[in-house]
Amino acid sequence: MDIQPILTALRKHKIPAALIVLEIALACAVLCNAVFMINQRIGEIRLPNAIDESGLSIIDVQGIDPKTASGDLQRDLAALRELPGVTAAAALNMMPLGNNSWNSNVATSPDGIMAKDSPNVAEYMFTQGGPEALGMRLLQGRFFNDDEYADSKLGDSYLPSTHVVIVTKSLAERLWPEQSALGKQIWVGKKNIYNVVGIVADVLRPDNNGGGIAHFHWSMFFPISPALAIQEFVVRSAPGDRARIVRDGAQKLEALSPSVVVEGHTFSEIRDKYFANTRSMVGMLVLVCVVMLAVTAFGIVGLTSFWVGQRRRQIGIRRAVGATRAHIMQYFQTENFLLSSAGVAVGMILAFGINLYLMQHYQTTRLPWYYLPVSAIALWVLGQLAVLGPALRAANVPPVVATRDG
Amino acid sequence: MFGYYLDLALRSFKRHRVLTALMVLALGLGIGASITTLTVLKLLSGDPLPQKSARLFAPEIDPLPAASTTQAKKLFERWGNLMTYTDAMNLLHAHKAERQAVMALASGKVTTDTPGQHPFFSDGVVTTSDFFAMFGADFQYGSGWTAQDDENRTHVAVIAGFLNDKLFGGTNSIGKMLRIGDHDYRIIGVLKPWAPQPRFYSVNLGGRGYGNGDALFLPLQAAIADGVNTQTVNCFDADVDINHLETAPCVWVSTWVELANASDANAYKTFLSNYVAQQISLGRLHHPEVALPNLMGFLAQQRVVPDDARMQTNLAFGFLLICVVNTVGLLLAKCLRRSREIGVRRALGATRGAIFTQFMVESGMVGIAGGVLGLIFAELGLWAIRHQPAEYAGLAHLDISMFMATFVIALIASLIAGLLPAWRACLVAPAPQLKSV
Repeated sequence: MDIQPILTALRKHKIPAALIVLEIALACAVLCNAVFMINQRIGEIRLPNAIDESGLSIIDVQGIDPKTASGDLQRDLAALRELPGVTAAAALNMMPLGNNSWNSNVATSPDGIMAKDSPNVAEYMFTQGGPEALGMRLLQGRFFNDDEYADSKLGDSYLPSTHVVIVTKSLAERLWPEQSALGKQIWVGKKNIYNVVGIVADVLRPDNNGGGIAHFHWSMFFPISPALAIQEFVVRSAPGDRARIVRDGAQKLEALSPSVVVEGHTFSEIRDKYFANTRSMVGMLVLVCVVMLAVTAFGIVGLTSFWVGQRRRQIGIRRAVGATRAHIMQYFQTENFLLSSAGVAVGMILAFGINLYLMQHYQTTRLPWYYLPVSAIALWVLGQLAVLGPALRAANVPPVVATRDG
Repeated sequence: MFGYYLDLALRSFKRHRVLTALMVLALGLGIGASITTLTVLKLLSGDPLPQKSARLFAPEIDPLPAASTTQAKKLFERWGNLMTYTDAMNLLHAHKAERQAVMALASGKVTTDTPGQHPFFSDGVVTTSDFFAMFGADFQYGSGWTAQDDENRTHVAVIAGFLNDKLFGGTNSIGKMLRIGDHDYRIIGVLKPWAPQPRFYSVNLGGRGYGNGDALFLPLQAAIADGVNTQTVNCFDADVDINHLETAPCVWVSTWVELANASDANAYKTFLSNYVAQQISLGRLHHPEVALPNLMGFLAQQRVVPDDARMQTNLAFGFLLICVVNTVGLLLAKCLRRSREIGVRRALGATRGAIFTQFMVESGMVGIAGGVLGLIFAELGLWAIRHQPAEYAGLAHLDISMFMATFVIALIASLIAGLLPAWRACLVAPAPQLKSV
């Protein structure tokens, strides 16, 4: 297809052509950034979490009498284990994605804590049976043994008196890059030293604590004996049994001590609640993208239809002197391709500019380069689809129009 | 003349139904999206206490140890006016402001004598006596406690109206006893409905930002004596005794002060710097930086408006821009198609100005129609927002100012969109158009 006549014709319609280019450029720029934001959020929702999410229920007890807490918690745990369908249960201080979060800055040397980049890590503490109840996956080393659970008390600084810890793979890689973490020591403050006895597959923290996705897997686990403040129960069962276990478990614990307030949830509910805002943002972004593309497509349809209407006479003449329908179709399709290409070229620069602005004012990272060609292709396809109708109408202009007046 | 232009515009709409519908739809969608996100943004960035916000200030100091390399500015962005108990009490007792209060959040287990009523947890604030007068919380019954009650650790309580409704059916409950946790408190005040949105004093204390407010208000020192657990404790040294938070190297209370004007604020900031300097010389503090933002400055510093909400507004206006460009294109197409009509009108004596006005009136009408449609889309959008899980969701309603803004934005957008086509139209020369007729 010779593009010279198309360019000549476009030069006569500078303003409408510029408008189409501008519209495609804006759409391309917004699309790149919106799709990038959508993917970032979906990436956050899909972060791996190496526990048995679909089999867990959480029962949270508030308002326990501090004087009898340790005994009450053991009695409650025994009661939960007796529920039909329960395969494991343990008490712990907090849950991944839950609304309660304990964190500490840690270091690999006694003086490392004050360093600006000392990582902030979530501190999980669970009673005996914790790894089985959560369904954690051991990668290296071992889980805790019975003595370690029994000997570990919750100290005045809310740190366990034990000397062992299990870390996630991500945390191990952050603290000791390229080395084995097993046997290494973690300092929390100057006096609390813990030996790494095991490394587990990545478990999410209760929240990312302002650290972004990169820090979401920085978790460590301690053994603890039952105590006040270790008052969330995690119960594992078949997925289908969870609703019943949450209901019956909460009832049973309330019956055991009427003065406490018990709340139960399946882990799926906890996950849904945590990501609810993220999901609604994704929904909104998708909606805007779809509507924006539709508006752009209709704009192209409108302007091209107008062109076709204006050029009926010329089209008739071309047809009369031998152009086939396919030639006429190709003419409009090529014209649209040229306009889209110009729009996409401007749009990529705009997209990059918007990304720079967002990086300055919001917590966004650099737009990966491959978003640009992908949205370019999307807009080329959109342009071709939008031009199809008007181009077909143009192709159907009969040659006899050439002989008519006006 | 204006009536004639309206008539011409209506005729043109009738002739180009699809094109007109497309323009109105695109403009309506863009305006609907913009108004929806603007309404949410306005809601989120609103002034929680319009009568008092200019007089309320958040003193901020850096309590980190000498070895810390964290910048004070970054620390203030994260912690705001959170302080150690010692610093907060020193500022409270200095009485350098008209009013000052120290506070923390703690949910309290409320147990009633009512048979069958299970204990429940209520959002609570543990604070000092000036809280109510300083934050403009008015009483339905009774009053707050005194500074003397604070020092004496008197077990008295102020409760919110909605908790009074729940517990006592809305009757005057002054003097009744309330069991909170394992201790009895005597009710001395019941608040009128009071729920600043956002709940500015809770943003860095770990509480919810929106909703119906706190239910329980207890004297801070009495609550500490009872072993209260507050929502947020940030320690800057791991070797602490959390059971004695009053002396621990942890920030967990916040301080607010009321100052009459800017010169008082300057004087207070000087006092704050001097206080920190004095504490540095005593070896308790190590960093001299202080800050004293007012309420709105504090909300901006704490980034109370979520990034997502601002991003959505940017996105909606980007979308509106695309819709406007789209409308420019369609209006232009329509007006170029009518070159002959314009030629005839020009030949019959219409001036360029008249043609320009005629097309601007037509764009304006597209704008108003787009505005009406945009209003419908905005109501739909806000309805969808109200069904979202965010805690502010229920508050998203279109108010009068946003209603007016809809039409202002619609008219401005459409008139801007109409400028280029109208300008092109008035340039049409009469002669060539007439020749081809």
